[in-house]
Amino acid sequence: MTPTTTTPESATTAVALSGVTKVYGRGTNVVLALDRVSLDVRPGEFVCLVGASGCGKSTLLNLVAGLDRPSGGDITVADGARPGLMFQEPALFPWLTVEANVEVPLKLRGIPRAARRERVAELLRTVHLADFGRKRPHELSGGMRQRVALARTLALDTPVLLMDEPFGALDAMTRDILHDELERIWTERNLTVLFVTHNVREAARLADRIILLSSRPGRIIWSTDVAVPRPRRIDSPEVAAIAAEVTDRLRTEVGRHAA
Amino acid sequence: MPPDTLTRTDAELSGLDALEIAGRQKETSRGARIWAATWPKLAALALAVAIWQLVVLSGWKPPWSLPGPLVVGEELLRQAGSAQLWDGIAVTLRRAAVGYVFSVAVGLLVGLAVARSTVLRAAIGSMITALQTMPSIAWFPLAILLFELSEKAIFFVVVLGAAPSIANGVIAGVDYVPPLLLRAGRNLGAHGLGLYRYVIAPAALPAIVAGLKQGWAFSWRSLMAGELLVVGISQTSLGAQLTYARELADSPWLLSTMIVILVIGLLVDAVFGAADTAIRRRWGVLDQAGR
Ligand SMILES: Nc1ncnc2c1ncn2[C@@H]1O[C@H](COP(=O)(O)OP(=O)(O)O)[C@@H](O)[C@H]1O
Ligand SMILES: [Mg+2]
Repeated sequence: MTPTTTTPESATTAVALSGVTKVYGRGTNVVLALDRVSLDVRPGEFVCLVGASGCGKSTLLNLVAGLDRPSGGDITVADGARPGLMFQEPALFPWLTVEANVEVPLKLRGIPRAARRERVAELLRTVHLADFGRKRPHELSGGMRQRVALARTLALDTPVLLMDEPFGALDAMTRDILHDELERIWTERNLTVLFVTHNVREAARLADRIILLSSRPGRIIWSTDVAVPRPRRIDSPEVAAIAAEVTDRLRTEVGRHAA
Repeated sequence: MPPDTLTRTDAELSGLDALEIAGRQKETSRGARIWAATWPKLAALALAVAIWQLVVLSGWKPPWSLPGPLVVGEELLRQAGSAQLWDGIAVTLRRAAVGYVFSVAVGLLVGLAVARSTVLRAAIGSMITALQTMPSIAWFPLAILLFELSEKAIFFVVVLGAAPSIANGVIAGVDYVPPLLLRAGRNLGAHGLGLYRYVIAPAALPAIVAGLKQGWAFSWRSLMAGELLVVGISQTSLGAQLTYARELADSPWLLSTMIVILVIGLLVDAVFGAADTAIRRRWGVLDQAGR
């Protein structure tokens, strides 16, 4: 949690960023990674952040997760919750079994053993890995590892989930299934999700709202609500239409840097 | 979500999982694996003994200075039945254990302190590496001046030989913890000691074991050098027996004692090797090598 984390101004905001700026480096090497980013995410909303690589998406998630401090501005998470963060790589602990990986956040919160057992079993059922608890991460496929990472993040019992291109390294079929899975878990658990991707179709498939970030400095340049009813398919015409619109905006933005 | 979509996803998911997991099981049996690891060693040993015998037969050196494997084997059997050898092993191993355990304690503490503190690292980080390059036998003159011909002198050199390697193992282990795992750990709620317990220590374990193994090799060498130089305080240590055997020109005794020293070194090394393999298997690093 950052020191700037305070109680929310209104109950209708799960995550609020106001004027968030992040500067890396000093002197001649300064990089303005984020420039006065303001954003309100409603409780239960699924927001996708889209932008070219290097535009500050990971930086933004790290700041919201409290792993780094903003250079300026405020970040507020409702009820002082600590958001859970998922990365492109599963970031599982290779020395622990699947069960033990999921158990780590529970242990760190001092939950007694019997209760931990139950929670781990429940979480592994949620991600359909009940039979794989005794395996080690290296024995699983990429998609399965990412599901373990999701279960481990859910073990934080946090209402806010931050995801940094979590399915970027997976094949298309696995990714489609994980979209369904994530959507189901998001609904069942009333989660608020801030999801970073550079895949505009993925954004159109998942998001309630898509936000486009510009590069150098990272700023919010455009956003759109996705009104397509759920469940959605990534290859449906409605999703494709939204994706096309976002792609056009993204191309214009990237083209701005050509000169 | 309608129920049929849900079951479809479940079936697809288990189908994909089954496909992914299939073919990852290892088939080789335990016996076959042990045999595959053992026979090259046995063959190499047989070859070495054969070459030894050939050199003896060639008459390069007189048999009283270089006895053949059979003579040495007989001497070894005779020694195994006498208290002298076992006393020597006991004295030497006790010294090795005391010196090594102390080195481990010093090495772990210093390594952890240097890895944590930038000031300490700037101050003594490179000194630890410098100490590591110092041949331990070069410490003995000073050790003898400080502690005279005593156990303390040996202990001093053993610790100076082993502790830097162990400390360096800890420093390297902590330095190379993947930043991604650190961030994941912090996000899961690990801070301070918790981060050490749940992320840094286990992630650094392979490097620490490598440091412990290297530390053992250094301490064993320093100990042997010390026992050869610092004779007279205990008659029976293995190093002292080497010296006496040389003075008496009893080459079968000398060679059989050397074989005992070699075997002890190999056995301890095998323990470290097994620990290393166990860790790498757990981490899944071995699987990629196809073992
Ligand atoms: N620790 C850091 N030190 C210096 N510059 C950084 C650091 N992290 C990120 N940056 C810079 O900030 C910008 C945004 O990075 P990042 O948030 O990783 O982008 P994205 O996730 O959108 O690809 C990039 O230009 C990157 O080079
Ligand atoms: Mg990124």
